[in-house]
Amino acid sequence: MSQKQELLKINNLKQYFPIKGGILGRTVNHVKAVDDISFNIYEGETVSLVGESGCGKSTTGRAILRLDDPTDGTVEFDGQDLLSMSKKEMRDMRKDLQIIFQDPYASLNPRMTVRQTLNEAMEIQKVIPQDERNEKIAELMETVGLQPHQVDRFPHEFSGGQRQRIGIARALSVNPKLIVCDEAVSALDVSIQAQVLNLLKKFQNEMNLTYLFIAHDLGVVRHISDRIIVMYLGKIVEMGDTKSIFENPQHPYTKALLSAIPVPDPEKKTDRIFLQGDVPSPMDPPKGCRFHTRCPFATEKCAEETPELRNEDYMQDGHVAACHYMKDIEAGVHQPTKDTSAVRG
Amino acid sequence: MSQETILEVNDLRTSFFVEGNEVKAVDGVTFDVPKGKTLGIVGESGSGKSISALSILQLIDSPGKIVGGEINFKGDNLLKYNDNQMRKIRGNQISMIFQEPMTSLNPVYTVGQQLREALKIHRGLGKEAGTEKAVELLELVGIPSPRSRVTQYPFELSGGMRQRVMIAMALACDPELLVADEPTTALDVTIQAQILELLKELQDEFDMSIIMITHDLGVVAETCDYVAVMYCGKVVEYADVNTLFKNPRHPYTVGLLNSLPRSDVDQEELEPIHGTVPAPHEMPVGCRFAPRCPFATDLCHEKLPDLEDIGDEEQVRCWIYTDEWDGDPEVKVYEPEARTTKDQ
Repeated sequence: MSQKQELLKINNLKQYFPIKGGILGRTVNHVKAVDDISFNIYEGETVSLVGESGCGKSTTGRAILRLDDPTDGTVEFDGQDLLSMSKKEMRDMRKDLQIIFQDPYASLNPRMTVRQTLNEAMEIQKVIPQDERNEKIAELMETVGLQPHQVDRFPHEFSGGQRQRIGIARALSVNPKLIVCDEAVSALDVSIQAQVLNLLKKFQNEMNLTYLFIAHDLGVVRHISDRIIVMYLGKIVEMGDTKSIFENPQHPYTKALLSAIPVPDPEKKTDRIFLQGDVPSPMDPPKGCRFHTRCPFATEKCAEETPELRNEDYMQDGHVAACHYMKDIEAGVHQPTKDTSAVRG
Repeated sequence: MSQETILEVNDLRTSFFVEGNEVKAVDGVTFDVPKGKTLGIVGESGSGKSISALSILQLIDSPGKIVGGEINFKGDNLLKYNDNQMRKIRGNQISMIFQEPMTSLNPVYTVGQQLREALKIHRGLGKEAGTEKAVELLELVGIPSPRSRVTQYPFELSGGMRQRVMIAMALACDPELLVADEPTTALDVTIQAQILELLKELQDEFDMSIIMITHDLGVVAETCDYVAVMYCGKVVEYADVNTLFKNPRHPYTVGLLNSLPRSDVDQEELEPIHGTVPAPHEMPVGCRFAPRCPFATDLCHEKLPDLEDIGDEEQVRCWIYTDEWDGDPEVKVYEPEARTTKDQ
């Protein structure tokens, strides 16, 4: 990334899903799945969106591809505003913007062979002339590590890892620039997961691909990402370089999240921060900082004022977090107001 | 084994009979659970770890069947028990928690009703005494305002709370052995941390033995004292947790550790295990792992190795550690230094 070229620019993205209720089916409330987030992705890098279920990470990925139409905000890809495009223009755009889904069982058409699946993608996007497609298919099969004779098989004849490779081959078939990987390796066993992760890295180097990686497994995230965005209840709470986030997390939520990961080394003991309670409902998110109901450091200020993402002078460039007290916590001036060592409070 | 064991599983075999074929899901599994300790059973999908657990409680339904072996619980072979005797064991001396708390709780009964059921069957507690005990149990597992929770239905609780209710149910009759089948796999990592810590605390309080079934090596490292690694229906390695992570012996265990992306250290490249798990009807005749093993010789492809003792409380099923080994005598499957240099 010598010259940083912005590929994707997201500004004030909001995605509200209406909740219908009453006998007239009127909208009674909204689930604020994504609530005013902004970030950029540069060409050739891997950015990961992390957070727990319901934080809005998958919704963000879907909104970028306009699989759901966002409520508000802008998504600029390669200088073009995706949200103002017509359906047809957007379909052409998806040549550059592909997605790999979590469940390799549900995201392939069970009645189509691998050849038909790959052919369909190329047919719709018209990237490759018809007479060259078989050659391209053979090439793709080889790239993702499938045998050439498997090309006329149906999805049920493949294992989970192989199916995920077909999903990857499909995404690659149209020569995209950006691939959104929505929990693309979560359903796989670790030995297979490593194969697929290595494959994704290899393609990135060879084709200068850009990835938006959506994952809950922080081991995977640390391995694959250049930058990390941490989300909580529809908001970005922290964003920065992978190294900076893992070694110097600033937001109390990021700290708790990182401390909660079980480490595959029985001799390493982590000081675990146990968060009290559960994630609040995104229908009625807490006022002020959304994390204040579970935050060990929360004060009255946190319940009233929403903190903005900002960089403090001791933090690395580009590392931002949204916490009123991060500087004081770092300096040891602000002490926890809640106990985080017990799980039965 | 020097210490007291509560459960000894010997050569357990559980098969599924589908369309005239026998699929050996659990194919001669042997392990011990030391009293008051946690044994982890780790393996990937299809390794037979869950079926082993279900077999202990004899929860195997047709077309599955336990076809052989012994399950000695405090000296008695449970496989000799009839249904009635087994029913007195389940939920009483041995209980189980499952992966998905939503599907294993009954949606049409309140939390209190479900907690009272086991207490009524095994302890003969009536409604009032049962409710009191239920409140006590919910408090034990750290559910806030337990008295109002007993009248709630499972759908009114979050995932983490449901798993706490499952644990409360499992603990209702002070079991000596708890079988936990992927108890935190469906939960978010911060909730997982709570539940694992809770299990650890309860284990200390009640001197309970636990079998922890998981695919997550992080969970194994944090919660288990001993580990059995399973591959294709067989235990390939058994060791105490420190030995397993520090000095793993079986090439499959080594492969698993090398392919694990870690959150605590920087890694340049993952080393995946090549190939895939063989289909149940295409099981290799020799070592089940031979087709994927970087060290496999003809011997490995032809003959299945036994699970042999190679040290104090350490067993491995691999030809490399036997006198018959005909491959590279210098073969070192694991060099701990190579990994630690990657630590920052």
